[in-house]
Amino acid sequence: MAIFLDENSRIIVQGMTGSEGMKHTRRMLASGATVVGGVNARKAGTTVEIEGAKLPVFGSVAEAMSETGANVTVGFVPPAFTKDSVIEAIDAEIPLAVVITEGVAVHDTATFWAYAQGKKTRIVGPNCPGVISPGKSNAGIIPADITKAGRVGLVSKSGTLTYQMMYELRDFGFSTCVGIGGDPIIGTTHIDCLEAFQNDPETDAVVMIGEIGGDAEERAAAYIKANVTKPVVGYVAGFTAPEGKTMGHAGAIVSGSSGTAQAKKEALEAAGVQVGKTPSETARLMRDLLA
Amino acid sequence: MDLFEFQAKELFRKHGVPVSLGEVATTPDEAKAIAEKIGGVTVVKAQVKIGGRGKAGGVKVAKSAGDAAEAATAILGMDIKGHTVHRVLVDPGADIKEEYYVSYLLDRANRTFLAMASYEGGMEIEQLAAERPEALAKVPVDALDGVDAAKAREIATAAKFPADLVEPVADVLVKLWETFVAEDATLVEVNPLARLGDGSVVALDGKVTLDDNADFRQPDHVAFEDKHAADPLEQKAKEKSLNYVKLDGEVGIIGNGAGLVMSTLDVVAYAGEKHGGVKPANFLDIGGGASAEVMANGLDVILNDPSVRSVFVNVFGGITACDEVANGIVTALNMLGDEANKPLVVRLDGNNVIEGRRILTEAAHPLVTLADTMDDAADKAAELAGAGA
Repeated sequence: MAIFLDENSRIIVQGMTGSEGMKHTRRMLASGATVVGGVNARKAGTTVEIEGAKLPVFGSVAEAMSETGANVTVGFVPPAFTKDSVIEAIDAEIPLAVVITEGVAVHDTATFWAYAQGKKTRIVGPNCPGVISPGKSNAGIIPADITKAGRVGLVSKSGTLTYQMMYELRDFGFSTCVGIGGDPIIGTTHIDCLEAFQNDPETDAVVMIGEIGGDAEERAAAYIKANVTKPVVGYVAGFTAPEGKTMGHAGAIVSGSSGTAQAKKEALEAAGVQVGKTPSETARLMRDLLA
Repeated sequence: MDLFEFQAKELFRKHGVPVSLGEVATTPDEAKAIAEKIGGVTVVKAQVKIGGRGKAGGVKVAKSAGDAAEAATAILGMDIKGHTVHRVLVDPGADIKEEYYVSYLLDRANRTFLAMASYEGGMEIEQLAAERPEALAKVPVDALDGVDAAKAREIATAAKFPADLVEPVADVLVKLWETFVAEDATLVEVNPLARLGDGSVVALDGKVTLDDNADFRQPDHVAFEDKHAADPLEQKAKEKSLNYVKLDGEVGIIGNGAGLVMSTLDVVAYAGEKHGGVKPANFLDIGGGASAEVMANGLDVILNDPSVRSVFVNVFGGITACDEVANGIVTALNMLGDEANKPLVVRLDGNNVIEGRRILTEAAHPLVTLADTMDDAADKAAELAGAGA
C-alpha cells in the first residue's frame, strides 16, 4: 500500500532536460522507480538516454499521460515557470504532482493551489524533496539508499531532517516518507499525510517533523487527537530561532509570538504526541514505541 | 522583506492608492528644508521597521519648519525597541476626521489571501482583534478571483463602513489589491486610512512585506534593501549568496538544509547548557551543493565573527556526497591558512560517509575533530566554546 506512491507509480519529469531534472531522473531510475518520460514543449519528440533507458520527451503532461500511462509528475521547472507547469498538470488530471522547485513566489503557489481545488491532482510541495516509498517508488530527490521498506511513516517540512530521521531509523525502514516542503503555502500538509498513514494498513506508526512558522503543527496536533489512533512521535526544529528572521525556508519565521517551536511542541504534547528534543531522541522515542 | 513606511507609501502611490507622503530626511537641516517646501503643519515620523514608534516618541507634529528640525533632532538616532532611527519622514499635516483600518495578507492556515478591514481604526490592530473582534472584518480573497469593485464593496460593507463611505473605501481596496499582487507582497496594511476634512480618504501610514522569492520578477525591489540595518557579517554572507543569519552565541554553525541547520542550533543550545551556557552564533545553510568554494566562503564568514569560539560543521549527505564536503573542508582550511584559527567539530553522515571521514582523518588538520553523531558533535563544539571563554 504505502501512501501516495507505490509500485504502480509511473513517473514523468517536468523539466527533465534541465541539469537538475536530468540528475534526479538518473537517481530515480537508479533507485528502481518507473520513470517513463519527460515534458518539455520545446524538445517534444526527442528522446533522452539516461541510465540505459531511452526516455521520450513529450510536449505536454496530457500527451505524456496518454502515451505512457503516467500517474505521477515530478517538477524541476524553474520558479518563473512553475505555476504554469503545475496548472498544466492539474488540467491533465494527473493524480500526483510533486513540485521540487525551491523559490516559487507565494502568489504563484496560492494561484495554483486555488486552481487545484475541486480538481483531481494532489500537489506535494513546492520547495520539497518529494515522496519515497522505499522498495516501491521514488518521486523526487530523497536518497533511496538510506533505508529500506518498513512500517514507519514519515512526514516532514525539511529535506535533510527527513534524511536524518530515515537514517536514525534505518533498521526499521519506512512505508512512505513525504517531504511536504518549507514554504508558507504547500499542497499537501501534515494532516493530509497523517490521515493517509492512519488509513494505510502498511504503516504502524508515524514520525512527524515540523519547524517554526505558521500553525500547521498545532492544527496537526488537533487532528491527531481527534482522528489518529496509531502512535505518533514528533520533532520540531527552531527553538533558538529569533523572532522576525527567516531561517532558510521561506515559511520558517517566527512572527511576534506566533509560529514558535515551543507552542508547537506544547500543542503536540497536549495531543498525546511524544516530542523529542533532538532528532536522535525522537528516533529513540519511536524505537521504544515499536519495541 | 519588510519595508519602511515611506517605501510602502511610494508603492501605494505608484498603484494609485491615495497617500499623504512628503519626503525623507536624514538630518535636521534636510527635515527643515522639506517642511519649508511643504509649508504649514508637518508630521515628523521615525522610519523604523517595528510597531509602537508613536508611544516611543518617534512621531512629532511640527507647526513650523524650525519645529520640524527640532523634532528631527530629537528623533534621529533614537533607539526604538532595538531599532536605531536613521531617517525621518516629513509628511504634510492632515486634518483627520476619522481613522480606519484596511489590509491584505497571506493566510497560511487557509492557503489563501485575507482582507481585513475595520471602520474603527486608530488603534493597534492586534488590540482591536483581541478586544473588539466583531469590529474587524476578515474576508477571504480567492487568489484566482482577486478583488474587483464588487468584492471591494463586500469587504467595505463587512467592515461596517457607512453607505457614503463604501465607494471611496472600495476604490482604495481595489488599488491596494493591485499593489499587493503587482508587487508580490505578503502584507499590505494601511493603518490608519483616514477621512480628511476635505472628505478625501487617504493612507496616512503604510506597512508592506515583500516576498523575497519573487525577486526574479521584481527587479526594482533591490532598491528597498536597507544597507544600514544589515549586520556586516550578514552583508558579507549575502554578497557570497550564503543563507546566513547572525545570532548572539559563540558556536559557529554550518550545515546543509534549513531544517537540519535549525535543528543543529537547538541541539547546540541544549548542549551549551552544560558548558557555561554557550549558544549558537549563527544560522548558515550551505544547501545541496556544498562545493569547496561554498564551504570556504561559509567558514570565512564564520571565522571572521569575533564572538565565535568553535565551529560545528553538521552535514547529512543526501544528494551531497560526504567526500566532497570533506574535500571542501580541507580545501577551505588550506585556502584560509592562518585565518582559520578556531577549532572545528565535524559530523558527517549519509552518502559516501566512509570516504568523507577517511579524507578528514588523513588530512589530520590540527583544528578538526570528527564526531560520530550530531548530539556528540554538538556537545564537543559547546565544550570547546565554553573552554575558550
